Amino acid sequence: MANIPAELKYSREHEWIKLDGDRATIGITDYAQDSLGDIVFVELPSVGDTFEAEDTLGVVESVKAASDIYTPLSGRVVEINEELLDAPETINEDPYGKGWMVVMELSDPSQVENLLSKAEYEAYLEENA
Amino acid sequence: MSEPLIFELSRPGRRGILPPENDVPCKEVEQLIPAGMLRQDEPQLPEVSELDVVRHYTRLSRMNYGVDVGFYPLGSCTMKYNPKICEDAANLPGFTRLHPYQPEETVQGALELMYHTQNYLAEITGMDAVTLQPAAGAHGELTGLLIIKAYLKHRGEKRTKVIVPDSAHGTNPATATLAGFKVVQVKSDLRGNVDIEALREVVDEDTAALMLTNPSTLGLFEENIVQIAEIVHNAGGLLYYDGANMNAIMGITSPGRMGFDVVHLNLHKTFATPHGGGGPGSGPVGVKAELEPFLPKPVVVKENDTYRLDYNRPLSIGRVRGFYASFGVVVKAYTYLISQGGSGLKSISEHAVLNANYLMHRLAGHLNIPFDRRCMHEFVCRPRGLKGKGVRTLDLAKRMLDYGYHPPTIYFPLIVEEVMMMEPTETESKETLDDFARSVIKILQEAAEDPEQVKTAPHSTPVGRLDEVTAARKPVLRYNG
Amino acid sequence: MKFIPHTGEERQQMLKELGINDLEELFAEIPEEIRLKRELNVPGPLSELEVARKLNSLAGKNKTVDQLAAFLGAGVYDHYIPSAVQHIISRSEFYTAYTPYQPEISQGVLQSIFEFQTMICQLTGMDVANASMYDGASATAEAALMACAATRRSKVLVSKTVHPQYREVLRTYASGPELQVIEVDFTQGCTDLEKLKQFLDKDVAAVIIQQPNFFGSLEDLTAAAKAAHQVKALLVTCADPVSLGLIASPGSCGADIVTGEGQGLGIPMSYGGPHLGYMACAAKLMRRMPGRIVGETKDNQGRRGYVLTLQAREQHIRREKATSNICSNQALCALAATVHLSLLGRKGLRSVAEQCLQKAYYAYEQIIKLPGYQPAWAVPFFKEFVIKTPQPPEEINRRLLDNGIIGGLDLERYYPQLKNHMLLCVTETRTKEDIHRLVALLGGDVK
Repeated sequence: MANIPAELKYSREHEWIKLDGDRATIGITDYAQDSLGDIVFVELPSVGDTFEAEDTLGVVESVKAASDIYTPLSGRVVEINEELLDAPETINEDPYGKGWMVVMELSDPSQVENLLSKAEYEAYLEENA
Repeated sequence: MSEPLIFELSRPGRRGILPPENDVPCKEVEQLIPAGMLRQDEPQLPEVSELDVVRHYTRLSRMNYGVDVGFYPLGSCTMKYNPKICEDAANLPGFTRLHPYQPEETVQGALELMYHTQNYLAEITGMDAVTLQPAAGAHGELTGLLIIKAYLKHRGEKRTKVIVPDSAHGTNPATATLAGFKVVQVKSDLRGNVDIEALREVVDEDTAALMLTNPSTLGLFEENIVQIAEIVHNAGGLLYYDGANMNAIMGITSPGRMGFDVVHLNLHKTFATPHGGGGPGSGPVGVKAELEPFLPKPVVVKENDTYRLDYNRPLSIGRVRGFYASFGVVVKAYTYLISQGGSGLKSISEHAVLNANYLMHRLAGHLNIPFDRRCMHEFVCRPRGLKGKGVRTLDLAKRMLDYGYHPPTIYFPLIVEEVMMMEPTETESKETLDDFARSVIKILQEAAEDPEQVKTAPHSTPVGRLDEVTAARKPVLRYNG
Repeated sequence: MKFIPHTGEERQQMLKELGINDLEELFAEIPEEIRLKRELNVPGPLSELEVARKLNSLAGKNKTVDQLAAFLGAGVYDHYIPSAVQHIISRSEFYTAYTPYQPEISQGVLQSIFEFQTMICQLTGMDVANASMYDGASATAEAALMACAATRRSKVLVSKTVHPQYREVLRTYASGPELQVIEVDFTQGCTDLEKLKQFLDKDVAAVIIQQPNFFGSLEDLTAAAKAAHQVKALLVTCADPVSLGLIASPGSCGADIVTGEGQGLGIPMSYGGPHLGYMACAAKLMRRMPGRIVGETKDNQGRRGYVLTLQAREQHIRREKATSNICSNQALCALAATVHLSLLGRKGLRSVAEQCLQKAYYAYEQIIKLPGYQPAWAVPFFKEFVIKTPQPPEEINRRLLDNGIIGGLDLERYYPQLKNHMLLCVTETRTKEDIHRLVALLGGDVK
């Protein structure tokens, strides 16, 4: 069973979101990294880029798969995890910690309501596994 | 066994081929070309003798597996025997030593050969006209979809959607995007056919085309093809035939008879031209009459007894490559076609289907056959009861290398888990199929009794399993010595 | 000819095991209404002897460049191919193999492609190269698409001195994603850089320049690169690899993507194909590159080996989001080029290039002395040059052909403004005698 921390929020595209006021840190879930397998490459946006909810933020690639990273929330990128560019395997090793991808400043904090809780995400995985 | 890189064999001052003495008076190069435009650094090509080169590449060839080495049941790729006479024909100086801009009167033999090949392929596919221009199957797909796009535009229609089944080869959706269409996927039903109800739901006035392979990538004949064609045509869309699996139906039926409007073929599959380790191939495209004006130009035409290149085609989509065709590949296919004739082509498909059904039958008690139906020229299957042993399809495939076989296609089509796709082709004998079946059964036994032996395979190849993760994480794409 | 090994008895055994009586029953699922009820109208079957006779007869209807001394270039060149090249690519372990999906039994082709990629990098002065593409024209079109994807822009500037067929292919490829293609005029046989600058703006993804260009002239790539980079557009250069033995590499001039036709590296002209497209680029664009790429790695025992890599860009994984739909390369042609370049070696490629240059200038200088013949412009060239002719090139070529020579390309066909202009090519395979004959015939000395 995939690790799903209770303090985080989740999207149906398997991103996790850590909220801190009008800021959100985004990464991919343990389930997502496990399905992809060994991650070999990450493409991240640039600081300052703005996105609408459900836009593609970047890409993660393994040897046999590629997956877009979607932002579940609208906003502006204020920080990216540059260490991933040289060490993409960090996402496999520590998806909820050192494997974070971007920090966004939210333009519409009300969108947070659309995110899933741990229980909801668990149920979602159950349904779609 | 490992072989140094050609660069590692280099010795300063050693030479391979020497050009003849220059027989014209020479000037200082700097007098002809400004110094700033001249190369300052010498390209670091190897310095080796002819024997160094010949031995190096001969040794490399021995680390490679081809149809001439052994059985190659690679599904969807039609790895049949490539007749030697076809190679000889393509290597005739009367074909290789022709410049594509030569006057047409000096290349009548080449044009005649292309003209007949166009016609034979039109006859086989049930189409009205054929272009030989596309350089490969995927290139043919792009050509075909651009023809559809131009045709629709000419009719004043703006349709944006191309439908592909979930079992389709990845090139279908990739091509549709490249041609500027939106891709819509339609699922398969339990018999492996296109789900008709699902199709009805997605086909509408915005549908430009449905791309279909028949037999499908599951190796099954799409039984509802007539109905499918009707659904798409009634909505004003066109039907695109991916000819990857043409080897199953020659002389039995044709894309034209099934209702398709555009077809691409792979000369390197059905028509026995070799795959060359990844190319060159050739992907001719056939169309029904109303689409003919949109074919790439030029097309070879015959007037009285003279052949010429017709450029006067105002509605043409233009060119998709330089010049006219992968001509050398076309020569091989033409040679094969006339060596077979109409009756021979039908016999090829009959025996390709016979061999696939026979092999499937031999393996049916040992592997899971997800679709319990007659297969066409290939079939899909998967191991059963090996998950607990931690043995995956990949492991079985790698173990087959130790038995001297090229494994079947694995993990495609994507809709069947742990799938293997086997295509024996018509050129393999009963005893080859029997031997292969026995080996597969033995490997399955090994997997059950001694899984480590299988999971660590291959054991007898020049290299073992390679680290693809590091290759992709820290790419080394050239020699930097 | 028959390549089906089944004996009648074996066939019966197989049918019996399947529980059916004849081959017909195998096709029972195919609806009656779409069955073909007649034999395919394809002539044959023929025996091998008859096939050989037929093909010899067709080949014999052509006149080859061995029978007629040809001064045609325009993208396809008669360079000498060392004998060993054909012998190596005739090893059937190479030519009867599929794409190297099983690396453990495909090290031969994988390593040869790795060597090919290295050589293309060395020649072009770029960081990375792919495993090859269909031909120079389609590789150049793919480079334009790649530049658009990398810059997220949709306008492409292409010089009119780029091969007219390459521009046609570019337009065809651009019609899918509906990219804007703007052609830039030339002046004095080279891209008009002032006009180029007028078109450059922040929507331009790529500037495409050929080197040497279609007329054989040498372009100022450094200036083109500078102009393109000022608006953050990429410079795509389409280069003749044989010229790169002598001419500054596009990489050293600032090119971002280099493509080209590798036919001159050991691949027969074969009436236009199969040939060899190549593509190389700067490291930062590596993951945007279309096509197959081979990388070095290690096996489970630490031995060096090669695999197809960076596959997550490709159609079998990305499907509708792939960088391109291409799923093959010209592996055997790339092998021929690799063997060819190995045989020529570090010194040999330069000496072939230099012979082309010297012979082309030797012919050029004699032709422009002939009454009525003039240079079209005065710019440095490599192995091709443009001559203004006193009569229509068609008439001149007719006269040459009657005397055993294939003349140059009539440029009016592609450039209406270049009426009475002929593009001539001289490679190392033309002898002094061939050149003298050409000059004498051009001067009116007919049989």
